[in-house]
Amino acid sequence: MTEDKRILCQGNEAIGYGAIAAGCRFFFGYPITPQNEIPAFFARELPKVGGTFVQTESEISSINMLLGACAAGVRAITSTSSPGYSLMQEGMSAMHALELPGVVVDVQRGGPGSGSIATGQTDYNLATKSAGHGGLPNFTLAPASVQECHDFVQLAYYISEKYRILTVILSDAIIGQCAEMLEVKTLEFGELPKNKWWTIRTSGEKKGARNIMDSYMPFNYGSYFPAIRKKWENITANEIRYETRFVEDADIVIISWGSSARTSLEAILEAREEGIKVGLVRPITLMPFPEEIIRKSCARAKRVIVVEDSQGQMLHDVERVLGPGPNLSFVGIYSRDLTSGMGLLYPAPILEEIRRVAS
Amino acid sequence: MSQVKKILHGPPALFNQGMMPHFCPGCHYGIMLRALMEALEETGVVRRSVLVTGIGCSMVSAHYIREIDGLVALHGRAPAVATGLKRVLGKDKIIITMQGDGDLSAIGMGEIMHAAARFEKLTTIFLNNANFGTTGGQMAPTSLVGQVTPTSPQGRDCDTDGFPLHMAEILAQIKGVVFSFRGAVNSLKNYNRTRRAMVKGLKNQMEDKGYSFIEVLSACPPSHHFKPAAGLRHVEEVLMKEFPLGEFKDSERPC
Repeated sequence: MTEDKRILCQGNEAIGYGAIAAGCRFFFGYPITPQNEIPAFFARELPKVGGTFVQTESEISSINMLLGACAAGVRAITSTSSPGYSLMQEGMSAMHALELPGVVVDVQRGGPGSGSIATGQTDYNLATKSAGHGGLPNFTLAPASVQECHDFVQLAYYISEKYRILTVILSDAIIGQCAEMLEVKTLEFGELPKNKWWTIRTSGEKKGARNIMDSYMPFNYGSYFPAIRKKWENITANEIRYETRFVEDADIVIISWGSSARTSLEAILEAREEGIKVGLVRPITLMPFPEEIIRKSCARAKRVIVVEDSQGQMLHDVERVLGPGPNLSFVGIYSRDLTSGMGLLYPAPILEEIRRVAS
Repeated sequence: MSQVKKILHGPPALFNQGMMPHFCPGCHYGIMLRALMEALEETGVVRRSVLVTGIGCSMVSAHYIREIDGLVALHGRAPAVATGLKRVLGKDKIIITMQGDGDLSAIGMGEIMHAAARFEKLTTIFLNNANFGTTGGQMAPTSLVGQVTPTSPQGRDCDTDGFPLHMAEILAQIKGVVFSFRGAVNSLKNYNRTRRAMVKGLKNQMEDKGYSFIEVLSACPPSHHFKPAAGLRHVEEVLMKEFPLGEFKDSERPC
């Protein structure tokens, strides 16, 4: 579809390269830091491949344009950052109601309200628990590198079309704005359903046929909710993804996702040099949550440390899987180097916690 | 009991007879839908059209029309959803939005203004009955000063609730809009003008000319607390005083 190449680029641009390689030709979005490189990329690159870029008047419009485009059966995308992601919730809920595939990218900033414009991992709950009202979770992927931004967007399209489910890429300012080498290429994941019978394509052109999409559902709870449950059983059985490092002999297991998993890995490598046996479990799919590997990896470990750049959100999922207890500790937003929103979670406080629990 | 001797106008050819009408007695929405069906028939575009409806009494409109695809948008968001569809489906397909005044002029003000400002080639049918009909007749941005509703029990007070919005006039100010019209369906004459405006709105889109906005005044007898027949008079004597009928813009393609 596109020419394979190796380039140095940012995570945000990698989202763009991945989407175009996957055949996405429609972008709808509104400026917000720290994702501004994404709309700029699409505005520049989509016209070259015959695609369409629309700058919207709000994230509310972005998500509703995405809904319209996805209802027509094409690969489309929108991107935003945390406050804009909040504004999208109603539209995302509607996409779940209509069971529309689609990809939403949230390059997180930190904190509630307007937050800061710097990084954070504080949208975990919002992304994984429920898209707006109605309690329908998104299929959520958390990239930890520029390459993964590119690869996961393509995976997101595959999953979203295979299961007709809205997919969220949960990036952040660190992953979005750091530059690394990227291999641009179209990835193959397998066959997808050929017949998109559910799309709005002015189907009346075939006499007698038509399609009306309506999320008002007082009459079909009985079919909708069991179908969604079945869908999630399939997704949970087949689509969980994670990465593990050094867990085979680990006495201490760190569970961490996205950019903070990379920070954790730095601390783990240093601790290993000191002779402390530490391992890493990195959930890649935040929803569905990789429960089994967490249970398995932590079975022989004496201590478990959850690391995320928030007040503790994935922490609750880990507690649910392992049960709360004295063996579980947490390194989060409290351990940043600065108290301002510009602070970062460095390897040092993680290494400190590793040493503390090892002794 | 009087007997029907002669049916002058049967249901329009595009009417989906399997659909039991849900409109209240005296509501004008059904008449407006008829006008749209006739316009779709006259232009011959129904099979390549999508009707995007808002939330409110307009919501199920697509179900009444045979051979049309439909999508029920979230409250106020129809122009954004229609933009997504139009950009994907292209010039040959006709995307129509149908929204009430609560939907379009309150929660959906941003979407309609910016769809027009972006010069989308869409056709919007705006049903103005001066209240939120579906939810029980609450005050809308289009409600008249002094109008008594559940949320303006003393009557709309201009000092605290402001003044009615005149959408057709507002939209006419936007360069991307090539046609802005306000009509009614309370008389055969007004009905025919409104139907012709809908035909024009559809033709504008077929010619890729620009945004077309067709506002239609309607009675809402249960909310306005009068009998169905009084609705015709109400539109004539009350609504039209505030919302004059007419063509506010009919221009060439602006670029």
